[in-house]
Amino acid sequence: MKKKRYLLKFPPQSGDKALSYHLVKDYDIRINILKAEVRPGKTGSLVLELAGTSDNLKKGISWLKDNQVSCEPLDKQIQWNQSRCIHCGNCTAVCFSGALTMDQNWELNFNSDKCIVCELCVPACPLNLFEIDFR
Amino acid sequence: MSIKKTYEEINEKIRSGKAVVLTAEEVSVMGRELSPAEIVKKVDVVTTATFGAMCSSGAFINFGHADPPIRMEKIRLNGVPVYEGLAAVDTYVGATACDPEKPEYGGAHVIQDLVEGKELELEAWGKGTDCYPRKYIKTRISKETVNEMFLFNPRNAYQNYNVAVNTTDTIKYTYMGSLLPNLRNATYSTSGELSPLLNDPEFRTIGMGTRIFLGGAEGYVSWPGTQFNTSKPKNEHGVPVSNSATLAVIGDLKQMSSDYLQAAYYEKYGVSLFVGIGIPIPVLDEDMARRLTIRNEQIETTVLDYGTVGTPALGRVNYEQLRSGQIKVNGKKVRTAPVSSLSKARKIANLLKEQVQQGSFELVKPVMMFPKNTSLNGLKEEGGES
Repeated sequence: MKKKRYLLKFPPQSGDKALSYHLVKDYDIRINILKAEVRPGKTGSLVLELAGTSDNLKKGISWLKDNQVSCEPLDKQIQWNQSRCIHCGNCTAVCFSGALTMDQNWELNFNSDKCIVCELCVPACPLNLFEIDFR
Repeated sequence: MSIKKTYEEINEKIRSGKAVVLTAEEVSVMGRELSPAEIVKKVDVVTTATFGAMCSSGAFINFGHADPPIRMEKIRLNGVPVYEGLAAVDTYVGATACDPEKPEYGGAHVIQDLVEGKELELEAWGKGTDCYPRKYIKTRISKETVNEMFLFNPRNAYQNYNVAVNTTDTIKYTYMGSLLPNLRNATYSTSGELSPLLNDPEFRTIGMGTRIFLGGAEGYVSWPGTQFNTSKPKNEHGVPVSNSATLAVIGDLKQMSSDYLQAAYYEKYGVSLFVGIGIPIPVLDEDMARRLTIRNEQIETTVLDYGTVGTPALGRVNYEQLRSGQIKVNGKKVRTAPVSSLSKARKIANLLKEQVQQGSFELVKPVMMFPKNTSLNGLKEEGGES
């Protein structure tokens, strides 16, 4: 079983297709929607975490591409320079996935599993402690 | 008869290691169980603290004279323009100063680098005079090479501060952080019940000469801060419900630490300096005890729309609500986030508590009290309506 994150972009006419249904039903892929921007009649984007066998993932992605959906692996992650953090909370103001939160002692907690790499924390940190790491 | 204590009595206890010291958060908890009269009997000193971005900060530096000497009329420190109108080799590094070409490194970064013992490039120009013939110098300086460097911050430790939101449909980049469109977040700044001026709202113990913790060293309150305003509305607990009084503070930068002084850069806003301030407050009588037990739910502040010209007020919330992670604005649930560090403020309050307990930090009675009735002037344009 492999797990990987992808950024999907689809043209307006694909918006009404049940993309996730087909991925689950036809390719036995488990889907976790991390971010979705879908508006009727406009270009949409989805950040998905896909889990399945290598073979199924390959087939599923190929099916997406056949349906005019671009599918790029998300090979970025956010790095936090924890030792220099002053725990001001500025980054938590913009983190909507809930990856950056203040813990009960009002210190910053970074849960990278929840991070969807939206990158809003990068400019929000007044000490410039977040970096995008291209793996 | 109610108990009254003097500074002398409290300092005697501090010297003999017998003073009972609590942080403002601890005394707020105690206030749920004990009356102000009982707290005056039990507690001698309460420590308060804050660690937030305070833009109106800066440092005076004297570089020493070169041979032959120069009357510095244009000065750059690591490329940052610093004040050139102070005699020959004095300067003031304003925290927000920067070269517009390099906005992410400014005066606050210069101050932090100096505190950390780094070497900085000094470049200065003068026209050359009979007594100061040199016209240019390029050299390196550090805290070891300069004569004096002291922090002098004209406006710090705001007594309360408003909550920032944005009702427009575009993101706003402010000193209160990145404000997302359509009320998608709200930011707040003070340390609430731990905040210095919210624990002594009538300035009975904080005045000119009060000894404080400043940036990791000893400092002093030197004057009421700029924009010191006592005319803001107060709630039934006696605290102003928006930003009001401020402090001008001073201290030896050579003794300070970047643990409590941190340069900051806000996207599309500019440079600022996080300053750690701690103030010990003597529990002189029941009135002070009552003030010091103030709790977050009793401290209210005003929500302002930073997206709209004139920053209109959208309501009032208290710090307990702000810390819960969610407030209501215009009937909508809005996520909250702090922009000043409560964990650092707590560290400072506890450090100061230890210093007072161990007898290394005595209290100083103000040599002059703050003014009681001040309000602010705006700035009118030439030819504008009066």
